[in-house]
Amino acid sequence: MVNLLLENGDLVVIEQSDFQQLLDVLAERTYQVVGPTIRDSAIIYDEMTSYTKLPIGWTDVQGKGTYRLKRREDDALFGYTVGPHSWKKYLHPPVSYLWRTNTTADGFQVTTAIEEPPKLAFIGVRACELQAIAAQDQVFLQGRFVDADYKARRENIFVVAVNCVQAGGTCFCASLKTGPKATSGFDLALTEVLTGTNHYFLVEIGSSAGADVMQAVTHQPASPAQIEAAEALVEATTQQMGRTLEPLDLKELLYNSYEHPQWDELGERCLGCGSCTMVCPTCFCTTTHDTIDVTGETTAHSKKWDSCFTMTFSYIHGGNVRTPLRSRYRQWLMHKFATWLDQFGRSGCVGCGRCITWCPAYIDITEEIRAIQESTNKQEEKIGGKL
Amino acid sequence: MLPQIKRKPKLAVWKFASCSGCQLSLLDCEDDLLSVAGAVEIANLPEVSRTMAKGPYDISLVEGSITTPAALEHVQEVRHNSKYVVTIGACAMSGGIQALRNFKDVREFTRIVYAQPEYISTLEKSTPISDHIKVDYELAGCPVSKEQLIEVISALITGRTPEIPTSSLCLECKRRGVVCVMSAHGTPCLGPVTRAGCGALCPSYNRGCYGCYGPKERANTASLSKHWSQLGATEEQIVRVFRGCNANAAPFKKESEAHEHH
Ligand code: SF4
Ligand code: SF4
Ligand code: SF4
Repeated sequence: MVNLLLENGDLVVIEQSDFQQLLDVLAERTYQVVGPTIRDSAIIYDEMTSYTKLPIGWTDVQGKGTYRLKRREDDALFGYTVGPHSWKKYLHPPVSYLWRTNTTADGFQVTTAIEEPPKLAFIGVRACELQAIAAQDQVFLQGRFVDADYKARRENIFVVAVNCVQAGGTCFCASLKTGPKATSGFDLALTEVLTGTNHYFLVEIGSSAGADVMQAVTHQPASPAQIEAAEALVEATTQQMGRTLEPLDLKELLYNSYEHPQWDELGERCLGCGSCTMVCPTCFCTTTHDTIDVTGETTAHSKKWDSCFTMTFSYIHGGNVRTPLRSRYRQWLMHKFATWLDQFGRSGCVGCGRCITWCPAYIDITEEIRAIQESTNKQEEKIGGKL
Repeated sequence: MLPQIKRKPKLAVWKFASCSGCQLSLLDCEDDLLSVAGAVEIANLPEVSRTMAKGPYDISLVEGSITTPAALEHVQEVRHNSKYVVTIGACAMSGGIQALRNFKDVREFTRIVYAQPEYISTLEKSTPISDHIKVDYELAGCPVSKEQLIEVISALITGRTPEIPTSSLCLECKRRGVVCVMSAHGTPCLGPVTRAGCGALCPSYNRGCYGCYGPKERANTASLSKHWSQLGATEEQIVRVFRGCNANAAPFKKESEAHEHH
């Protein structure tokens, strides 16, 4: 055990055989550890105390509307990409209570229902997911209206990021510069290296909390060769992306394409099911609802994930402002790649590919955007030719 | 609005062509049933008691579809005597599984089934309650969900609008964190065109949704059928899946007819 005090930015190595120590140390510090595990033929996020619950030796094969698990030829702990769940289920839960009321002798009493949030350690957060958390931080923590529930949950997490050493079939983080390497927003960032008999993790310390945890886990200083091996793997991932997207001038292009025929075509295919918005790690919309028990004694005010694909979402006094599927799909895509930029100064998409994998109508946003880009290019060529 | 009523609101349940499963859902409400029983006067519940308090009624829960000339008259009476009419279940909402007769000549069936079909007095088609009277709220499902039943009763008693989603099952499925059976297993699922409300029961048991809550708002059934074909479903299977307990609901009816080869 090396006893030099670790600092932010330090690079160390832990052997695969010592990996369990990391989970144990986090548990000792009263974190509930959550990470990727297999359920119903997919890799989802759930609680774990032992690293053996990780999808060891598994990978995922993703494409338009399809997701399948496949055996790997090695015993990698993190040899897959993102699945149907995202960390927003912990930070921005699907359903949460805002307040409750009870009838009292002289009226009623209101109690805010924000519970003490669980202290969670996220294991295996990918670069795109860190960016998605950063995007939701902007939504919930900036400006005049801070979401107290989100804030409390957000302050209580420890993040163990994992750099991708293999790209997924629907990923395009490289195009958006949101991955595959974690650059900020983590306490520890791991790169898994598995060559022949070597199986270790290069660990980058990202915070003092991270340094404190690593101090208690058996580790060695990283050698230049180990650092280089890890960097080469992440670099190779950039070259393997399943999808690409050209973000240059995209906002302007979309703003000029409100009446593009591609939206009509999408209106034919899209089911309006909202799956894309549910799986998207940046989508943040909710609806609120009051439940009152039959006796009328107690009420609960809750919020739950909503989607711009539902009719009630855009229902205002007198009617619905976005009835055809064409305009609902357009709203979703426009928000991700155009209006989000004006609203928050960044893209609303981090290129995780979930909306492509989990769309039951095989719709791929990168293809749709390309279709609009290409048709516009062609038109410009034509006009150029005429001049 | 009901809160002004000083006496307990009167609740009655009416049964038309149905299996009674929906009114049994009310009995299935366990603890909540006691609160309901405390909050309303149950004036008529045929599955429980034959006594029937006289109308008018504040809330009428109507189960079943209209299949006979007698039912046609009776349902008018129910409307006339009720402040709120809430239909419960797929039969009342779209015509039920018995609406399969709508795709054939009903006399053919009565001839096969009954020794003396001339004694059978039945209508050509099985139709939803809303085809005949004004309905205030409709609860989908086969059977209805007890949570929605409690929601609608408590909303009407307290004078607020009940929350009855019309969006897709996929939203409920995803909120629960259920792994999509269509994308991850290749199992055909009707969830993307079906109303939420059941809590994604079938997908949570690794089965595809078979649409018992009926079509969601603006159901794009044509696009979903295309995906089903890509997953290997035959034309016949597509016809059958849309001819379940909501066969007569317009989007499902249209879709099954589009895949039927004459
Ligand atoms: S829009 Fe799609 S690819 Fe982009 S962050 Fe959301 S789910 Fe991921
Ligand atoms: S784009 Fe796909 S996932 Fe999104 S609402 Fe349309 S059909 Fe559903
Ligand atoms: S299992 Fe069915 S209902 Fe659930 S998300 Fe998939 S398609 Fe939608």
